[in-house]
Amino acid sequence: MAERINGSEAIIRSLIEEGVETIFGYPGGAIMPVYDALYDHRETLHHILTRHEQGAIHAAQGFARATGKVGVCIATSGPGATNLVTGIADAMIDSTAVVCITGQVSSPLLGTDAFQESDIVGMSMPVTKWNHQITNVEEIPEVMAKAFYIARSGRPGPVLIDVAKDVQFAEIDFEYSKCTAIRSYIPYFPIDNKQIEDAAEAINNAKKPFLLIGQGVIISQAEDELRELLEKADIPAAWTLLGNSALPSNHPLNVGMLGMHGNYGPNIKTNECDLLIGLGMRFDDRVTGKLTAYARQAKIMHIEVDPSEIDKIVKADYPVLGDAKSVLKKLIPLVQKNSHKEWIQEFNDAYKIEYEKVIKNDIYRENGKISMGEAVRIASEKTNGNAICVTDVGQQQMIASRYFKFNQTKSMVTSGGLGTMGFGLPAAVGAQMGRPDRTVIAFIGDGGFQMTMQEMGTIAQEKIPVKVVILNNNFLGMVRQWQELFFEKRYSFTELVNPDFIKLAEAFGIKARKVTENSELEDAMDEMIKHDGPFLLEVVVEKEDNVFPMVPTGASVSEIILEKPKA
Amino acid sequence: MKKEYNITAYSENHIGLLNRVTIIFTRRKVNIESLTVSASAIKGVSKFTIVVEVTEEQVKKIVQQIEKQVEVLKAYYLSNDEIIYQEVALYKVSTEALIGGDQIEKLVRKHNARILEITKDYTVIEKTGHSEETQDFFNELNEFKVLQFVRSGKVAITRSPIERLSEFLKKRDEMLKVLDK
Repeated sequence: MAERINGSEAIIRSLIEEGVETIFGYPGGAIMPVYDALYDHRETLHHILTRHEQGAIHAAQGFARATGKVGVCIATSGPGATNLVTGIADAMIDSTAVVCITGQVSSPLLGTDAFQESDIVGMSMPVTKWNHQITNVEEIPEVMAKAFYIARSGRPGPVLIDVAKDVQFAEIDFEYSKCTAIRSYIPYFPIDNKQIEDAAEAINNAKKPFLLIGQGVIISQAEDELRELLEKADIPAAWTLLGNSALPSNHPLNVGMLGMHGNYGPNIKTNECDLLIGLGMRFDDRVTGKLTAYARQAKIMHIEVDPSEIDKIVKADYPVLGDAKSVLKKLIPLVQKNSHKEWIQEFNDAYKIEYEKVIKNDIYRENGKISMGEAVRIASEKTNGNAICVTDVGQQQMIASRYFKFNQTKSMVTSGGLGTMGFGLPAAVGAQMGRPDRTVIAFIGDGGFQMTMQEMGTIAQEKIPVKVVILNNNFLGMVRQWQELFFEKRYSFTELVNPDFIKLAEAFGIKARKVTENSELEDAMDEMIKHDGPFLLEVVVEKEDNVFPMVPTGASVSEIILEKPKA
Repeated sequence: MKKEYNITAYSENHIGLLNRVTIIFTRRKVNIESLTVSASAIKGVSKFTIVVEVTEEQVKKIVQQIEKQVEVLKAYYLSNDEIIYQEVALYKVSTEALIGGDQIEKLVRKHNARILEITKDYTVIEKTGHSEETQDFFNELNEFKVLQFVRSGKVAITRSPIERLSEFLKKRDEMLKVLDK
């Protein structure tokens, strides 16, 4: 039987119907009725009050990425809504399932420049998978159900629902049913058996196959199928930034990271393989380098759920439309057991070169100073590869991606496509709320930390036990690295005068420690990880370290450099 | 090579979708030459006809992006030789020019145009055709000074009897049943 309730209550009930237990948000005028309704449900729906709406959306993203569930955030109209936009754009480009609910001025006031009115539907259109403004209370259950269905199905993405204030007060006979289909929207196209057969044949005939793991593997939960395919056909596999942790780091066929600061082998072998298999990834320019010199010798197979991605960047000889899991399930029986020992050995040889030239000095620094790589290695070892690693954007992000080891999936939370500085701290809040059973370690630069450090307040208020590691070099490190390499060391506005991060943490009531000597690092990491509650560890790292290897912009993946070119 | 392409898209009739579709062009810095949105033969389904001058590579990607929009049912592109298309143009001239001689009457006959309204001050003439044809008529008529001129976007129907929308929707419903389990 339908129950007569108001629009605000209907929104909260819709969230509960969708199985939502955690939401992130910030109240304000036009969303107050919803917050009032939330007050009666605060036991069922755990609301985290962030310190800024950007924090709320990044937390929702971190939650979604660490759990595979839909992240939810709430904001008011006007500035509340516009503050979400960066995170929405981030979720769009990184295919993260997020539902944002924004308050809007009352419908008679729409278009009148009313107080805190902003056209968030118009503004968010290019960066949402779908958005909708509710001006009729009767729409609420259907629109909310559609929002969740669209956000999580197919290639996931952000959905924004803008709710006029008068609708929040209006009454409705509430009945909810989940959305299972939309006529104009096909999230999963039927799989074409011919494409599967052709793909299997190509894999069976390949002498030097090479597979690229994208986030599509994680989204479609195809981790087991991925392993099965790799092991059966004996294919080496590397991962994109967002595909990290889909395959355990210590798996013998895991040959490392792709792209600009990825591993040496995966980059050079891209231009030596005879079959390149993109699995749930989109050939981002940070992965491909110079496109006209990218895998020209190889046949390209592209397994992808989003039809608009196929042939978008790299023309596929073997396109396979479908989500990674469904495709692999059909593909594996047709793939022959195979062995590519010598080919895989080539990756191992490349790793040895990289280890000697780059990795050893990155993760075991001999000069008594601290490298970012060493901090990441120790944190990873101390948590036995079982932690969730969250990063900000820049050098620490690349170093953490390279050196943090993972045993389980959904363990790397980072801003890939948009490269949003300030993502790390709030995303760690969301990841920890989603996975209270796991240790969450966030590596954040001194620059990125100061973009969203107000979320220390959220961490303190909710006692969220995240471990925040600031890798402090008093620089915007990645920009500085580029200035050093490509702009004649003209350090234009990249040096930072920082606050005392320890005092700052203490002001929030968060335990903190600062490390300046290599010898203290292990002990400090132990203290941080063992501490029951949030902890901030400031690690003062070498000021002018560079991240290598590097595929310089405009260069081919085979032109990857292992050290600074001699002037 | 750039050439004129006609994009057809069928969509649910939803506020804001036009905006969603046009920003796909804006983002890629592609100018829309003309755009028409109207009801299709099926209730609740809108039909977009969008004319652009781009390479085939570009139009392919644009169409995929349009089709990706949640409320778009189907989108495809066709070149001019694959469609029957038409545009309407309206011209306003002074009635004085019309009654001043038989020249305008001759032009109207020659171009197969027709007169819609005559008042004592002005006369409105209508011509349908391709844009070159409506432009030719404008050029000749303008010797008598055209006071106002307006031309519609393209409306088009395909030459080949490819998938009709109703059949497409039937197939789509079957696909949805498979999904809905």
